[in-house]
Amino acid sequence: MTRFTRTPITYQDPEKRIHNFDEVCLGYTKEEAIKEAKRCIQCKNPTCVPLCPVNIDIPGFIKAIAEEDFKKAAETLAEYSALPAVCGRVCPQEDQCEKTCILGKKGEPIAIGKLERFAADWALEQGLSLGKTKEPNGHKVAVIGSGPAGVTCAGELAKAGYEVKIFEALHEPGGVLVYGIPEFRLPADDIVQVEIENLKKLGVEIETNVIVGRTITVDEIFDEGYEAIFIGSGAGLPIFMNIPGENLNGVFSANEFLTRNNLMKAFRSDMDTPIKVGNKVAVVGGGNVAMDAARTAKRLGAEVHVVYRRTEEELPAREEEVENAMEEGIIFDFLTNPVEILGDDKGWVRGIKCVKMELGEPDASGRRRPIPIEGSEFEFEVDSVIMALGTSPNPLIPRTTEGLNTDERNRIKLVSEKGQTSREGIFAGGDNVTGSATVILAMGAGKEAAKSIDEYIKSKATNI
Amino acid sequence: MYKILKADKLAANIYRMVVDAPRVAKHCQPGQFIIVKLDEKGERIPLTICDYDREKGTVTIVFQPIGESTTEMAQLQTGDAFEDFVGPLGQPSEFVTEDLEELKKKRILFVAGGVGTAPVYPQVKWLHEHGVTADAIIGAKTKDLVILEKEFEEVCNLYVTTDDGSYKRKGMVTQTIKDLVEEGKQYDVCVAIGPMIMMKFVCLLTKELGIHTIVSMNPIMVDGTGMCGACRLTVGGEVKFACVDGPEFDGHLVDFDQAMKRQQMYKTEEGRAVLKAKEGDTHHGGCGICGGDK
Ligand SMILES: Cc1cc2nc3c(=O)[nH]c(=O)nc-3n(C[C@H](O)[C@H](O)[C@H](O)COP(=O)(O)OP(=O)(O)OC[C@H]3O[C@@H](n4cnc5c(N)ncnc54)[C@H](O)[C@@H]3O)c2cc1C
Ligand SMILES: Cc1cc2nc3c(=O)[nH]c(=O)nc-3n(C[C@H](O)[C@H](O)[C@H](O)COP(=O)(O)OP(=O)(O)OC[C@H]3O[C@@H](n4cnc5c(N)ncnc54)[C@H](O)[C@@H]3O)c2cc1C
Ligand code: SF4
Ligand code: SF4
Ligand code: FES
Ligand SMILES: [Mg+2]
Repeated sequence: MTRFTRTPITYQDPEKRIHNFDEVCLGYTKEEAIKEAKRCIQCKNPTCVPLCPVNIDIPGFIKAIAEEDFKKAAETLAEYSALPAVCGRVCPQEDQCEKTCILGKKGEPIAIGKLERFAADWALEQGLSLGKTKEPNGHKVAVIGSGPAGVTCAGELAKAGYEVKIFEALHEPGGVLVYGIPEFRLPADDIVQVEIENLKKLGVEIETNVIVGRTITVDEIFDEGYEAIFIGSGAGLPIFMNIPGENLNGVFSANEFLTRNNLMKAFRSDMDTPIKVGNKVAVVGGGNVAMDAARTAKRLGAEVHVVYRRTEEELPAREEEVENAMEEGIIFDFLTNPVEILGDDKGWVRGIKCVKMELGEPDASGRRRPIPIEGSEFEFEVDSVIMALGTSPNPLIPRTTEGLNTDERNRIKLVSEKGQTSREGIFAGGDNVTGSATVILAMGAGKEAAKSIDEYIKSKATNI
Repeated sequence: MYKILKADKLAANIYRMVVDAPRVAKHCQPGQFIIVKLDEKGERIPLTICDYDREKGTVTIVFQPIGESTTEMAQLQTGDAFEDFVGPLGQPSEFVTEDLEELKKKRILFVAGGVGTAPVYPQVKWLHEHGVTADAIIGAKTKDLVILEKEFEEVCNLYVTTDDGSYKRKGMVTQTIKDLVEEGKQYDVCVAIGPMIMMKFVCLLTKELGIHTIVSMNPIMVDGTGMCGACRLTVGGEVKFACVDGPEFDGHLVDFDQAMKRQQMYKTEEGRAVLKAKEGDTHHGGCGICGGDK
């Protein structure tokens, strides 16, 4: 029956890991990876591939692992993905490639993500630079934002021979990969920074501390000699609930809480940025962001409740994160929705007032709509509340760029599938086009846009 | 790295630095701010732009050490550098985009408290350069803490007041506002910048006097780009992010009590001790009303 059973992978013991920020999943060893790879039956018409947003040759790279040709596995991945070490860790695999793996019908699907991570980590450890770089072609492209969309677009263009510069608003590149997703899921120094270094080795220049729309405008970037611009500015604006008490001391957006902890490394006592969480915390929401905030608060020593208005079934977070969170002792209060945050006379949070919910008819998203149960309000004591309700794109760039159209939710409108915006020479992709989505989708968009930019510049120039 | 081309002291515990930051200098306007980070371990510190030279590519900041980070920053000398310096952030002052002819008709009063005097300077200077002469009040606790007096005198009609009467007028800034109005002065707009408590009391007075008032809010911030919401405050019943919607707001609409509470969020016992020690000789704001950031 081994064909239908997944090769187990090692996780840090929950009792230990709630006291540190080290990676939770330790990854496959060589032997484990080979064993798991051999489980793949190498389908002629693989059902896993179409569900991967970038259509990675999954049987191909897995076969290479099974044959112990890890270099080939990594090279295969590099043909499709710029950040396999990241996607192997954070893709919602259970809804993508692994969802339709044929083995899933009778048993457990192949651990595609974990194998991808294995091959990618192996390449990072070897310091391999994958993919060929063409001769410089003398053309310049600017990229705004250094999240997965921007980084991928920049990497693809650099490989195609372009001179590429990324402008990043924060003091460190990486986007959500460094300020949002915590170290225990995606180690910043070992993974993200190495990927950024690889990008620099391709010749990509990164200028941090440049807020496009404030420090420089899009039009001035063109004036600096860039022929095309890719905007990968993400969806960074936090959403609040607009309930009473939300401005009390001790109420944070998940972005603030995670930025303090991840980007500013507030969990380390030698860093200057403070973080306060208290003894008991309510995290409102049910997505990856909520799980990350909850597990971070736990590691900072708090008792943590995730307050979610639907049930466990509907939790939008990755399955693995929910499992890990439960193992770590995070308490889930399902079918519960906050209606007010209660404060003391000094302006600090002292508790939260919630209402019980029940599920009604399916709504537009296809999920059953939560409805408050009348008279079911109750209060419980907390020291802080973290709002993890989602984010929307920052309107700064569209507002300061003439002719760049957005929709009513501040998302940049594309006029073609391939990243072309309403203004010539400007391309966009990632969360700023889709609203908050996933790393792999942002990466895919960056890659598509790089192709379009290449075509666009070639169509205008005669010397390539 | 962003080099400090000149570091000097304007008064006991008020420091000025001219920083090489060409991209910021090219774009900044009165009313905006920057965020500075000392080194790898530093936090992101928001500071108002107090002057700029587009040709030389420099931006001037003026600050008062009140906690760990600003105290560490005060140790830096000419020739040292900041690891990060980003801006300009926030919205420029309203008048920058106003019709100049309309603006020239306006009677404007600036009220500056303590270290808040520094960020008022680029505003009065800008107006002066555009042919508008404003009145300005500088309030400080005592004579030695009056800063930028000469610079102000060159660009506006200046009134200086000290709490203890050791220099020029005696009393807090609100007293001088009352005096000026009683002397028959009329104002269409008041711009008040200083500690929150000073701005609150100025607003209470100008509301009575019927003078539209603009204040510059300085809540706790992290990114300064609208990403974290740490800087949120309530203005006219609506939640605003000071870093993108402000930092200047209609002072008659700001919920100061909430803003002051939020500013205390990371006030640790240690922080309180630092403040208390410093207040002894500088008075956190120098407005004459508050007795410090309590
Ligand atoms: C806490 C958290 C956990 C997540 N977990 C997962 C997960 O497990 N799996 C998954 O697939 N996805 C996850 N996501 C979503 C995923 O991270 C995003 O979909 C993805 O990062 C989007 O990439 P992007 O390149 O479009 O934008 P971002 O990663 O947001 O990067 C945008 C970059 O642009 C910069 N920028 C913005 N405005 C400007 C400007 N004006 N000038 C210059 N630079 C600018 C920003 O500073 C930022 O660095 C998570 C998100 C969060 C917040
Ligand atoms: C838009 C903006 C513009 C600013 N301009 C200036 C300026 O031109 N000159 C200047 O000296 N300061 C200015 N400030 C305030 C300055 O940012 C703070 O004094 C500084 O961040 C304190 O850092 P610290 O580590 O030294 O003190 P901390 O140890 O972080 O704080 C010390 C104590 O001061 C209080 N505090 C924390 N943050 C602030 C704050 N933002 N404002 C007031 N008190 C605070 C806390 O309650 C704490 O107890 C500005 C703030 C903002 C938001
Ligand atoms: S990129 Fe994501 S969806 Fe595609 S194969 Fe890898 S883990 Fe699966
Ligand atoms: S569907 Fe599953 S078994 Fe088939 S190729 Fe894909 S991973 Fe292998
Ligand atoms: S400082 Fe983060 S949103 Fe204003
Ligand atoms: Mg501090």
